Amino acid sequence: MESLILSIRLALCVSVILFVIGMPLAYWLAYSHWRGKFLVESVVALPLVLPPTVLGFYVLVAMGPRGPLGKLWQAVFGHGLAFTFIGLVFASVLYSLPFAVQPLVASLERVDRKLLEASAVLGASRVRTFWRVILPLSVPGVVTALVLSFAHTLGEFGVVLMVGGNLPGVTRTVSIDIYDHVQSLEYAQANRMALVLLVFSFVVLSVVYGVNRQIGRRVWSPWPAK
Amino acid sequence: MAGEVTPAALAARVRVERRGADASSFLLDVSIEVSPGITIVFGPSGAGKSTLLDCIAGLLRPNEGSITCSAEVLFDSQRAVSLPPQKRQIAYVFQSLALFPHMSVEDNVVYGLAALQKDQQLARSTAILEAFRVDKLRKRKPGEISGGERQRVALARSLVTQPRVLLLDEPLTGLDAELKASIVDDLRAWNAAQKIPILYVTHTRDEVDALGERVIALERGRIVSEGTPHEVLDTPRRKKLAQAAGFENLLAATVVDLRESEGVMRVRLADSTCEIEVPLGYAAPGDRVRVAIRAGDILLATERPSHLSARNILEGQIESLELRGTMIVARVKCGARFIVHVTLGATRALELAAGKPVWIVLKTHSCHLVND
Repeated sequence: MESLILSIRLALCVSVILFVIGMPLAYWLAYSHWRGKFLVESVVALPLVLPPTVLGFYVLVAMGPRGPLGKLWQAVFGHGLAFTFIGLVFASVLYSLPFAVQPLVASLERVDRKLLEASAVLGASRVRTFWRVILPLSVPGVVTALVLSFAHTLGEFGVVLMVGGNLPGVTRTVSIDIYDHVQSLEYAQANRMALVLLVFSFVVLSVVYGVNRQIGRRVWSPWPAK
Repeated sequence: MAGEVTPAALAARVRVERRGADASSFLLDVSIEVSPGITIVFGPSGAGKSTLLDCIAGLLRPNEGSITCSAEVLFDSQRAVSLPPQKRQIAYVFQSLALFPHMSVEDNVVYGLAALQKDQQLARSTAILEAFRVDKLRKRKPGEISGGERQRVALARSLVTQPRVLLLDEPLTGLDAELKASIVDDLRAWNAAQKIPILYVTHTRDEVDALGERVIALERGRIVSEGTPHEVLDTPRRKKLAQAAGFENLLAATVVDLRESEGVMRVRLADSTCEIEVPLGYAAPGDRVRVAIRAGDILLATERPSHLSARNILEGQIESLELRGTMIVARVKCGARFIVHVTLGATRALELAAGKPVWIVLKTHSCHLVND
């Protein structure tokens, strides 16, 4: 169960961080008129198409003792970044970025622009408009983003293997644990973990779809309608 | 904000250019001055009415011009002044109303009063909700009230902030005439005390007649006419405006001769030998002009009329009759094709039917000259 707790801890950290950095990014993507915006959109969507090993490989190189990130981390904290929990969080944030940002962008874009103009004319600053109008009307997107980044991080395998390795209690997440069990032909243990993951994922997705339906909005789909 | 300030007047001179086009291509190029009271901005869709309001509210930055309210400069392209919408104290009610769907009526109304204390917010919102007769709905959400109530709430939300100018972009579209009139009455009553300039955008003639004190007619981004509703709409000088203002008959014609001493001229309708007398315009014999005539201003007779003051009596034949509401629309061919509105009673009394020979009677001053 150690691996499951580690996975949940990782997924929680990643969801919170993704919400904090994903919201401003999504706001910018939804409202910016910059011409080069599509480049940023492509970068955000990259993890959707790249094999996790490719992403994991570059992150590992960057975090390694000779990589820029690794060197910086070493200089500041006195130890390396690869094969640590923090390193895993870092890689997972990158890997799950589109799963947080895309539902957020989709729900921000669905907020009627006239409401934002009305808010401005009534004297509200951008910040007030965000908290009072945009955020409340984007709740389905926020729920979707949080739940999907959580679930996606929980289920990741390739990136974890590349960046984290297999250190019990540090980087051995539940998916790695299942793999290990299968490798050593311990099917009963593998099944127990796999089942927990399966049920958990089902419950999580049911919550997303249920909430979205209740709020009467369109159900999230991985590629937002433009 | 406080008490007795001299009523604000709004002056705006704006030019908005089409994005990416050359300098000669523009969306809007107007200069207006608006005094307290309701001023109608009238014109066909695409004339630039909403663009003008967006510029005044600060939602759109004109390429050139200046906007001042009382003595304060809201925008000046030369001095690089452009106040954001938040700082302009201008209220704007959109066609869609844009009420916040997740807030109650009360929260919507209080939204613009963030700077005030709770008790002041309550006092102000209660007063305005009562003035617009929606105080009983304060706990409801916009989705739970009727269209007319939503329009009242939208007005209340805008006016509770005590703006210096009110901009209304077709806010009463889709309401029946009675409901519209009662909302307008409440708005008038409110403004009797406040005396702020109200710019009211519409493209329907009925609203101009009902509301109008002053009218500014826009077409393709320019002011084509300004004055009382009567002056602007009953003597349209432009084709688009004539169509928008409900001139069903727009006939091409050629000037035959001018009788300057009588203030009239004769024109021949295109593709016919029919000649009619119209008011004198800036034209020379041989010039092509367009004549606008309201379908309701034309008389129909089943015998040749005589002893009439009307100068134009044309013989023709009814092509078709069509019932529209409680009115008959008759198409009459007499050289040119005319559309004539007649009542059901007249249709019965004269036994009008397709194919029946008739005479149409036009007063000289029911014919209006229009430019393309």
